[in-house]
Amino acid sequence: MNQEVINSYIPLYIEAFFLTVKIGWLGIMLSLIIGVLAAFVIHFKVPVLAQISKVYIELFRNTPLLVQLFFIYFGLPKIGISIQAETCGFIGLGLLGGSYMAEVFRSGLEGVPVSQTEGALALGLTQRQLFTYIIFPEALSQSVPGIVANVIFLLKETSVFSAISLMDLMFTAKDLIGLYYDTTEALFLLVVFYVIMLLPVSFLGNYIEKKARFKTLGV
Amino acid sequence: MGFEVLLKGSNMLRLLTGLLVSLKISMISVVISIVLGVAVGIMMALKNPVITVISRIYLEIVRIMPQMVLLFIVYFGSTKALGINLSAETASIIVFSFWGTAEMADLVRGSLLSIPVIQYESSMSLGLTKLQTYVYVIVPQIIRRMIPLSINLITRMIKTTSLVMMIGIVEVLKVGQQIIEANRKVSPNAAFGVFLVIFLLYFLACWPISLLSKYLEKKWEN
Repeated sequence: MNQEVINSYIPLYIEAFFLTVKIGWLGIMLSLIIGVLAAFVIHFKVPVLAQISKVYIELFRNTPLLVQLFFIYFGLPKIGISIQAETCGFIGLGLLGGSYMAEVFRSGLEGVPVSQTEGALALGLTQRQLFTYIIFPEALSQSVPGIVANVIFLLKETSVFSAISLMDLMFTAKDLIGLYYDTTEALFLLVVFYVIMLLPVSFLGNYIEKKARFKTLGV
Repeated sequence: MGFEVLLKGSNMLRLLTGLLVSLKISMISVVISIVLGVAVGIMMALKNPVITVISRIYLEIVRIMPQMVLLFIVYFGSTKALGINLSAETASIIVFSFWGTAEMADLVRGSLLSIPVIQYESSMSLGLTKLQTYVYVIVPQIIRRMIPLSINLITRMIKTTSLVMMIGIVEVLKVGQQIIEANRKVSPNAAFGVFLVIFLLYFLACWPISLLSKYLEKKWEN
């Protein structure tokens, strides 16, 4: 490995790193919002919306992100909906993640024991209080391991963005290999930057999982 | 809308053949992953300190490295660093098996450790030998827990194999692109129809499998 080559590559990788992280986290935020909404809609059996959410979850859980991105980026402009590559990555990741998060939240909501609801009602809590103080916090703490796993999964999925010519880490590596043929250095830096991006999340995730488990009530 | 392109000539057939390429790669990888995963998983459950450390590192690598990065390392890296010329198919099977084995091994380890000690103790008190305990009590329970999860792995494998397009394998997405390019003049809107059809094809390939996995999981609960 050539030190000089690595030094000259690093600035390019740093730039790509921030772009990847930015879109990754924006996508994760969007996926959390979509996931919570879809899970609520299904849990409370809101007519029509619940069915739509179910179809959406099945559709996006059973197709790869690459295919979804191709459809959004190359397919939709043909019927008049043009989306920029960055926005497209963010929306694609959000939609994919949303379907996974929805499943996690839904099983979290289902996992709250009936005795909790009964106990709260016996204490005279209103429906709204029951939900905000009892069901939601418990469902959330039960969903934490699933959320952490999904966050890592989604950050890994960002590597697909290079297919729609977003200048992310993967794209930079591929570009540099094609231009200068220093494959070893380019791949080495690619691994290093992915480790920098994901290892802290992995450790933090383990820590949060442990913390959240203590807060689980009634088990 | 671009659907008419697919009705021309053998375009639809070509797309399906492309899908078969991804399905073939994922099936081979799943079989290898299940065989190796069971072996590695049993080794991990033995609680040997050396194996534990190695398997921790292995699982962490798989957990944080995107499959695409692994694909690039194996496909481009092996040629450059080791001088071996792997075909794209071989490289992708190696990567997906490497990933699948880790997932499978973790599942096997988890289900082995989740069998309560009381099961072993009761079998012993009933006078079963060690072999009988495993054959009649432990393994059937593990298999029931494993099968839905391994089926789930198949759908994830199919979804992940869409990445092989990035190292130059001609599969369904690549065929789709070829069809779009070839018909650029005649039907400029082909991209919408073709990619929508590919999206639905993937859905049709994965959905029944995930339904089956969900069904079995519910049926065999406890």
